[in-house]
Amino acid sequence: MNSIFELFQYQFFNNAVFAAIMASITCGIIGSYIVARRIVFISGGITHASFGGIGIAWYMGLNPILGAALFGVLSAFGIEWLSKKTDVRQDSVIGILWALGMALGIIFIYMTPGYAPNLMSFLFGNILTVSSLDLYLLLGLSILTILVFAMFLKPILYVAFDEEFAKTQRIPVQFISYLMIALVALAIVLNIRVVGIILVISFLTIPQTIANMFTKDFKRMIFGSIGFGLLGSFIGLLVSYKINAPSGATIIFSFVMLFVIAKLVQLSLMAIRRREGIKQTK
Amino acid sequence: MNKLLELKSINAAYDDNLVLKDVDLVVNQNDFVGIIGPNGGGKTTLLKVILGILKPISGEMHVNGSTIGYLPQINQIDKKFPISVRDVVLSGLMGVKKLFGRYSPENSKRANELMDQMGILHLKNKNIGELSGGQLQRVFLCRAIISDPQLLILDEPNTYVDSNFELELYDILDNLNDHMAIIIVSHDVGTICSHVKTIACVNQTLCYHDSNIISQEQLKAYNCPIDLITHGEVPHRVLKHH
Repeated sequence: MNSIFELFQYQFFNNAVFAAIMASITCGIIGSYIVARRIVFISGGITHASFGGIGIAWYMGLNPILGAALFGVLSAFGIEWLSKKTDVRQDSVIGILWALGMALGIIFIYMTPGYAPNLMSFLFGNILTVSSLDLYLLLGLSILTILVFAMFLKPILYVAFDEEFAKTQRIPVQFISYLMIALVALAIVLNIRVVGIILVISFLTIPQTIANMFTKDFKRMIFGSIGFGLLGSFIGLLVSYKINAPSGATIIFSFVMLFVIAKLVQLSLMAIRRREGIKQTK
Repeated sequence: MNKLLELKSINAAYDDNLVLKDVDLVVNQNDFVGIIGPNGGGKTTLLKVILGILKPISGEMHVNGSTIGYLPQINQIDKKFPISVRDVVLSGLMGVKKLFGRYSPENSKRANELMDQMGILHLKNKNIGELSGGQLQRVFLCRAIISDPQLLILDEPNTYVDSNFELELYDILDNLNDHMAIIIVSHDVGTICSHVKTIACVNQTLCYHDSNIISQEQLKAYNCPIDLITHGEVPHRVLKHH
């Protein structure tokens, strides 16, 4: 037990803990929206498209995360705009954007003269090497997300549930949709540093799916997702330190383990309830 | 007569496909209009134009009065969405509350009253996924009328509901009709005709009939033979032989 507390002497570990908290908050809130609205595939498209931004920014000597943020938000707007068109097969377009982003990213990173960055750190993330800029950006996004959801939770929920009805009530549906998809893109991009491109989607869906097993209420789902996000990322962080494996992968693996445990708990709860139900009818 | 809604030579299309052609319609206070017509004839498109979801390519539309109450086809709804019955009902007030509005105790009280009237108060904390088709239809009806609209629009409210509730639904609508105009879309010609006051036939063009008796010309809009079934309590409406 002592060794856990000793870890807090290290700056990198404190940063990692801070990043895990911020990631759990942003992914917990935004991920609940993604899962409720069933836009997991759209989010996957945005994630991979943003890699193009990383490559281009790297080539131009800019901060890769800022490049990814710009690219991610623009492709998110593009997808949202396309979704209003009836004559376009949205999923095919997302598939193209998905691959294009990855291709652009790799081309530009390899075209950059000199030292090529470790691609693995973008694909799988590393919570132990997050920079202070990353942390400030994550903190800013957490505050923004909390504010937006605290102020507009009901309109966001109602628009997500039934967009057409919301339109008939003459509330600014389009504004809310674009605001939300921009927040989705930012949450994805800023968490790429923590868990990586390939794994970020699971941070946005697994804790939410676990929470959704125990509650069908959107607000509770958000708090539950944040809770499971914290639990899973701390376990993953410690495992990563112990076995010296990439933290992104260990965090996601502990999410999946939590998911399996939660599923077993849920099933046994249901079995107990059923048995009690039979007893009562007897 | 207080005009609530007026459409003048409306043309509406999806992409290049003209769905509504030169449509005129006036809805006055206390009207109860049934919209009938074949599938794909433009009934739902007409509603979308009236509701402001679809922009017509030409023509004029005037809507008087406050918000419009709307009951969509319930098969369009994601029944796994994490939202409670109470929240769905309250969401009918979002047009009044706009973005920053908070729900007051009066709003909650009103929601409870409505749910009580519809017999779904005991379900208020349930998730919508746990309800039957008829219960869900009641929830959406509560959502449509909680803002006390002057115009209520219902899209195929009699699908997915049991026949008991259908009768009850028309009773509820008759009562609501005292203080709001109602437009109802249905392809169940028989039932609709014994409850509405006037009928509009939509098949790209719109024919308005100032009574609720269906004539042979109206049925021509279908371009196919139809069986009419009337059900309900006495007196049955007997339709002319044709």
